[in-house]
Amino acid sequence: MFTPQIAESAASGILWLIPALPIVASGIIALFKQPMRKLSATLAIGSLSCSLLLSLFAFGHVLVGWDRGSAVRETVNFTWIQVGTAHVDLGWILDPLAAVMLVMVTFVGLLIFIYSIGYMAHDENYTRFFCFLSLFAGAMLGVVIANSLLLLFMCWELVGLTSYLLIGFWYQKPSASAAAKKAFLTTRIGDVFFLLGMVWLFAQTGTLLFYNAGMGSMEALKLGGLLATPSGLGLTAAGAIGLLIFAGAAGKSGQIPLHVWLPDAMEGPTPVSALIHAATMVAAGVYLIARVYPLMQAGAQVGGTTVALTVVTWIGATTAVFAALIAVAQNDIKRILAYSTVSQLGYMMAGLGMGGVAVGMFHLITHAFFKALLFMGAGSVIHGCHEEQDIRHMGGLKVEMLGTFIPYAIGMLALCGFPLFFSGFWSKDGILEAAQHWSVAKTPLYMLVFGALLTAFYMTRQVSYVFFGNWRGHGEPHESPSVMLMPLAILAFFAIFLGAIGTPAWPWFRAFLEGHTARFDLAGFGEPGLPALMATSSVVVLLGLVVAWWIYGNKPTRVEDPDALERAFPTIFTLLEGKFYIDELYGVTVIAFYAWWARVADWLDRRVWGGIVAGIAWLFREGAQLSRLFDLNWVDGGFDKGCEELANSGGLMSRIESGRVQMYLRLLALAVVLLTAILIWSSRG
Amino acid sequence: MTGFATPLTGYLLVAALLFAIGLAGALTRRNAILVLIGIELMLNAANLNLIAFWRYLPHPEALTGMIFAIFSIAVAAAEAAVGLGLVISIHRHAHTTDLDEMNRMKG
Repeated sequence: MFTPQIAESAASGILWLIPALPIVASGIIALFKQPMRKLSATLAIGSLSCSLLLSLFAFGHVLVGWDRGSAVRETVNFTWIQVGTAHVDLGWILDPLAAVMLVMVTFVGLLIFIYSIGYMAHDENYTRFFCFLSLFAGAMLGVVIANSLLLLFMCWELVGLTSYLLIGFWYQKPSASAAAKKAFLTTRIGDVFFLLGMVWLFAQTGTLLFYNAGMGSMEALKLGGLLATPSGLGLTAAGAIGLLIFAGAAGKSGQIPLHVWLPDAMEGPTPVSALIHAATMVAAGVYLIARVYPLMQAGAQVGGTTVALTVVTWIGATTAVFAALIAVAQNDIKRILAYSTVSQLGYMMAGLGMGGVAVGMFHLITHAFFKALLFMGAGSVIHGCHEEQDIRHMGGLKVEMLGTFIPYAIGMLALCGFPLFFSGFWSKDGILEAAQHWSVAKTPLYMLVFGALLTAFYMTRQVSYVFFGNWRGHGEPHESPSVMLMPLAILAFFAIFLGAIGTPAWPWFRAFLEGHTARFDLAGFGEPGLPALMATSSVVVLLGLVVAWWIYGNKPTRVEDPDALERAFPTIFTLLEGKFYIDELYGVTVIAFYAWWARVADWLDRRVWGGIVAGIAWLFREGAQLSRLFDLNWVDGGFDKGCEELANSGGLMSRIESGRVQMYLRLLALAVVLLTAILIWSSRG
Repeated sequence: MTGFATPLTGYLLVAALLFAIGLAGALTRRNAILVLIGIELMLNAANLNLIAFWRYLPHPEALTGMIFAIFSIAVAAAEAAVGLGLVISIHRHAHTTDLDEMNRMKG
């Protein structure tokens, strides 16, 4: 291990600009009118390009520091809220983990932005799309650089918001707005646990900063305190908080049982599926676990594991197999990829649980490239087939859409983990290797190998349906514009060569993340068990490819024909096609319960609380009635009487005012006579 | 107070008679001009009283009663002028000088 370097530098000083630029761009685009299409796209792409340059600068800074032999971990912290002695701090961090993610997010994001110019060209809400996309990019970059769990959570929620907005981008479609709500609510369930974990962590350690010169919550001092505190469930506080945070990560990353939203999220535009629901946002959960890894790992013996990490592993492995099984029987081109994403996220989680940050993160990075590639390829196919998404209505596209087919095939082979030449092989192999050495159980290894077989199978099935066989759609398919194909080609390049930085012979990626030097050494392949494992996984992948090709490959079919698997195993196929009926299960359990509970609340509202309110209202009404009667009969009566008297006397007096001058004069004379009489009378007395 | 042929009471009686005649005229006549004449009579009854009291009371050399009476006559003349002016304008307006018709100022 190198000595940690904590001092600030120019790179960490300007780090906040990386998320700020796209967010500001999004704010400006929000003010644009609909016809200002070119300007908004330019602004969004320009700001993200600046972010990419800054990210590369930051990455270079970390790289130089690493090259000189110091593990760069620079933080900039500041106090946000101060209440008495307690204070909430925010801050950002530059370390290898953040640097790698920054470059990946900005780079893939930029390619997808460019691709969107072509894909969304005919959409009237083009400016709104780029506004949301920019906001998403900024929020995601905020998640990446956050050095405070609170800042991370805020950006995390912003990311969730933009995900909601973009899934529901075509809100005129009821299915899209329903999917948006589903995604929002499902991830919120995880986030509630995340919030609880965060509050608990703050209560225990008094800080939400990850690293703060020895006083951060991910550093030895505070972790020791967390380990010494029991949580009351047979876990330490560290383990319990770790599990709560993992629940949040599971929601975002589509892990069982909160995976249901991710396939539905494919209702959004395809660039959104590529950017948010394949490459970046869903990876945020994995990134979060990598970020709080010291907490997850706290208390582990050498070679051992913790409860939290064991849970992460099992959930991840289960998700990997479960989603891969469902993907086998789907017919929507994007849904297959969506389940594949869920499955691969399971791999990442399992990799984190068993092998540590480097293993999980490496798969995250490679997956981001090839899954973005696959989604954008799928978008190109959908575009070329006149918005058709059902693979049964495609076929034979390898001729008409060669420029899409080649990158797509590369992405597909990378996802399958085709031996040696594709990045997916190396990253998946890293996870399998970690599973092989896991001390708790061997079952995850078998599950993940089975998952790899399924992955190869369903991807071959999809490619056979889409690109081989005969054309079964309507109209003529056409190739997409080059603005959509260029990003595919660039991503295809990385889908192949990115694996080079994480092979056993040159584990550069791991060394970079963990802060030790990397040496090229072919002996890395000779580690015990590794050759056998690589051979096994190669065989498994090839088996999957061959079997699927044998079943589906290059056969002319008709749209009405049932799937080959459906003919062989109708029950199982229906079960898989129905996604194990998890949605229906939730429908009759959770949702039915909530509906029942809502009805109870409604009844309580109407009958009980409503009755009380109505009773009180009745009391007041009656009181008012009494008061009215009192007013009418007493107060008003008095007033009426008084007024009547006044009017009468006024009438009486007004009779004197006859206007006849002589009458006045007479009265005057009478008064004078009377006065005189009184005077005489009184002077006599 | 000797040397006067007529006692004070005689003057006062005449003045009271004059006042009563004036008052009766002012109260009974319908014609506004005759009412004004009645009022003049009452004023002059008061003037007669002023002169009489001046002459019969202890300090006749101070001329107070006479000055008072001259003022009163001047005011009466002004009043008569104003009164006649009003009567003329009323006559122009309503073509009558009958006071019973002039009742438009009633409440």
